Amino acid sequence: MNTTGGKKILIADDEQNIVLSLEFLMKREGFDVLVATDGRTALQKVAEGRPDLVLLDVMMPGKSGFEVCQEIRAHPEWRSTKIIMLTAKGRETEMAKGIALGADAYMTKPFSTKELVTRVKEMLDV
Amino acid sequence: MSTEVRLALAVFSIGATVLLAIAAFAAALWADLDAGERGAAALLFEPRVIRLLALAALAAAAAAIAFAPFLRRSIGTPAKLAEQTRILLGANRAYRLAEPESASLRALAVAINELAGQRDALHDDVEERIRAAQASLEEEHNRLVALMSELTQGIVACNLDGLILLYNERARLISSVLAEGRGAGALIGLARPIHALIDKPLIDHALDTVRLRLAGARQRALATFVTAGGAGQLIRVQMAPVLAAHGGDALSGYVLVMEDITRSFEAESLRDRALDALTEGSRASLANIRAAVETLAAYPDIERAERERFIGVIGEEARLMSERLEATAERHAEALKARWVLDEMRGADLVAAAQKAIEGRLGTAPEVEPVDAALWVKADSYTLVRALAWVASRLADSFGVRRFTLRMTRAERLARLDLAWPKSDAPLADLAAWDREPMRLDAGPGALTLHDVAEGHGGVAWFQHDAQTSCCRLLVPLAEPGPETVEAGNRRSESHDFALFERAPDAHAHDERALSELTYTVFDTETTGLAPGAGDEIVQIGAVRVVNLKLLRGETFDQLVDPGRELRAAAVRIHGIDDAMLRGKPAIDAVLPAFRAFCADTVLVAHNAAFDMRFLRIKEASSGVRFDQPLLDTLLLSEVIHAAQDSHRLEAICERLGVAVEARHDALGDALLTAQVWVRMVGLLEAAGVRTLRQAREAAARTRYARVQY
Repeated sequence: MNTTGGKKILIADDEQNIVLSLEFLMKREGFDVLVATDGRTALQKVAEGRPDLVLLDVMMPGKSGFEVCQEIRAHPEWRSTKIIMLTAKGRETEMAKGIALGADAYMTKPFSTKELVTRVKEMLDV
Repeated sequence: MSTEVRLALAVFSIGATVLLAIAAFAAALWADLDAGERGAAALLFEPRVIRLLALAALAAAAAAIAFAPFLRRSIGTPAKLAEQTRILLGANRAYRLAEPESASLRALAVAINELAGQRDALHDDVEERIRAAQASLEEEHNRLVALMSELTQGIVACNLDGLILLYNERARLISSVLAEGRGAGALIGLARPIHALIDKPLIDHALDTVRLRLAGARQRALATFVTAGGAGQLIRVQMAPVLAAHGGDALSGYVLVMEDITRSFEAESLRDRALDALTEGSRASLANIRAAVETLAAYPDIERAERERFIGVIGEEARLMSERLEATAERHAEALKARWVLDEMRGADLVAAAQKAIEGRLGTAPEVEPVDAALWVKADSYTLVRALAWVASRLADSFGVRRFTLRMTRAERLARLDLAWPKSDAPLADLAAWDREPMRLDAGPGALTLHDVAEGHGGVAWFQHDAQTSCCRLLVPLAEPGPETVEAGNRRSESHDFALFERAPDAHAHDERALSELTYTVFDTETTGLAPGAGDEIVQIGAVRVVNLKLLRGETFDQLVDPGRELRAAAVRIHGIDDAMLRGKPAIDAVLPAFRAFCADTVLVAHNAAFDMRFLRIKEASSGVRFDQPLLDTLLLSEVIHAAQDSHRLEAICERLGVAVEARHDALGDALLTAQVWVRMVGLLEAAGVRTLRQAREAAARTRYARVQY
C-alpha cells in the first residue's frame, strides 16, 4: 500500500458510472485521485494538481481526449505526465492516432480493471 | 465563268463577226477599184460615212439579236443539263433530266437518263449484295443494342475530347440525376460533352489513372470514382479505356459504366450504423458493468452503502444496454454520409498525383521521398489528393509554409501518408480545427472536410509537431499489391468496333474543319409576322441535331413561345398557330437560354438564316443570350451549288435533292426538312470544292442572295 503513496492520478471521463469504479479502485490501490468530467476541467486539474498519470477518456464534452492529450504534451513542464487513453472506439486507426499524439497506452472499453491497475503501476514504477 | 457572262460574250462575238464581214467586203471592193473609180467612190461615200457606219452597226446588232434566243438555248440549256446531271450523279439518284426543246440536246438528255438508269440498276445490284453482307453485322449490332438497353447500368462511350459517342437508356436516366442543379447545358446527347454532367477534373483524373495502369500492365486498367447528383444521390462511375485500332496502348476514348448506388448504400449504411451502435455503443456500458463487478469481486470488504452504489451502476447500465438494443432494432432513416468506393492503387502513384496537385496549386512541387514499390493502398485518390492540396495551400496562406515533403510509409496494416514541412510554430489547436473545416479549393459544389475524407477511408487525420518537422498525417488502409491480370494483347475487344472513336481530338478551330465532321443544330422559327423591326415576335422554335451527317430524330428541340402580342392573320394562315395555342407558353426570354444550351458547341444551320437570326439577335439584349456560333444558310449554299436553277425555296430544293416534303410550316417539321437537305448538300458542296466551314461561309457570302437584309 505505502509503495503507491504520493502518486497522483487524474481520472478524466464524463461517464459517472465508470468514474465510480475507477475512483474506488485507484484509491484502494493507494493513489491520490482527482476527477474531471470534461476536457477543460481535465486540463485545469492537470495544471493545479500535477497528476503523475491521467486516465483519459476520448469522448468527452468540451475538449476531446485527443485534444487534451496534445495540449498536455505541448506543455514542457508536464512532459513526464503519463497518459492512458480510454475509449469505446475499437478501431485500430483511433489507437494509432492516440499513440501518435503522445499517449503512453491506449485501452479499449470494456477493459479488465486488473489489467488497468497493472498497467498503471508499471508506468508509475510502483 | 457564269452562264450569263458566256451568253453575253457569244452575242457580242456574233455582232463583231458581222461587222468584220462588212469591213472585209468593203476592203475587197476598194482593192478592186482603179484610181479614178476610187476618186469617184470617195466623192460618193465620204459625205455619207457616218450613215454607212451606223447601217453596219445596225446590221451587226440585228444579227446578234436574231441569234440571241438560239444562243441562250445552246449555252444556257447545256449548263442547266450539266447541273441536273450533277444532281443525279450526287445528291438524288432518282432525279431525271428534263427534256429540252432542242432536238439534239433532247437526244443528249435522253441518253444521259438512260445511262443513269443503267447506273441505278448496277448500283442496286451492288447495294443488294452489300445489304446481304451487312445483315449478319446488323444482327450483331442489334444484339449489342438490346444488351445495352437491358443493362441496369448506364453506359456512355466518349472520345478523348469527352464527346459522347453512344449512350443507353439507363445512362439517360442517370444523366437527369446528374444534371440537377447544373443548369440548362447539362444534357446527354451524341457529340455533347460529358463534362457538362461530370466535372472535367474528375474525368481527367480517372483518365490519368487508366493511362498509368495501361503503362504498368500489372492490373486491370480501370478507374472508379463516385460523383454526386444535385440532390445528393451517389453515382458510382467506372471508367474503362477504349484502345486505338492501330495497336499499342494509345487511348482513343473511354467507356463509363454508371450506377446509382444511393439506394443500395442507404440500406448498407443503416446496417453499418446499427452494427456500430451495438458494438461501440455497448462498449462503454460494458466497461462500466465490468469495472463495477470486478471491483465488487476484488474487494469483498467493501462497505454496504458503497456496495449498493456499485450494484446500482450494474443495474442501470444493463437497463441502458437493453434500451439501446431496442432502439437500434427499430431505427429507421438517419442522416447518411457518403459511401466511398476505394480503388486499389500503388502508393507511389498516389504520392505522385498529390505532388502534381500541390505543384498546380502552389507553383512549386513538393519533394517526394521514395515510396516502397510493394506498398499499395485503398484510396479514393481524387478526394485524397485534393485534401492534401487543400492542406498545403491552407498552410501556405495561414503560415507562409512553402516547402513541403510528401512521404508514404507502412505502419502495420495501415499506410501513413504524410505532408511534412520544416517545423513551424503553427499552434496545434488551430491546425486541429482544420479537421472540420470545409475544404474549398475551387467554386465546385460539395465541401468535404479533412475529417470526412479520412472517415471515408476508414482512417484518421491529424497534425503533429516532431523534433525537426511538422506534418499532417493521414492513415489509409493498405491493399494487397495488384496482381498481374489481363495480358496486354487481350485487352482489345473483338466483339465490336465503334468507328466514331476515330474522330481526331479537337485540335483545330471549327473554321478549318471538314463540313462532314462538324456537329450541327438545324433550326427554324415561326413568327407573328415578317417584320421583326416592327415588333413581330417568335412563336415557335424547332431544331434537330446532325452529328457525323446523321440526323438525330431523337434529339430535337420543339417549343411554342408566347409572343406577348397578337398574331397577324397572314401568319396564322401560314403556320396555323393561333393565339389560343400560345396561351400559358413560356416567354421568349425564358426559352432562349434553353435553346442556346441545346445548340452549344454546334454550327447553326437554317434556311434563309438571315430572317431567323434577325429575330434571335433582337432578343440578345433582353434575354442575355448571344447566338455567336458559326452559321450556315441552306438558301445561300443552294445558290452556290445550283446557280442556274430558278428557285431556291425550300420545297424546290427538297424536290431537286429527293427529300420528301411532309409537314411544312411547323418549326420542327421545317427544321427536319432543312436538316435532310443539309445532309445531302454537304456532298454536293464537297464535289464543288467547298469542304471546310470557312470555304462554305466564303462561298455563301459571294452569292447574290447574301446581300438581302431583314
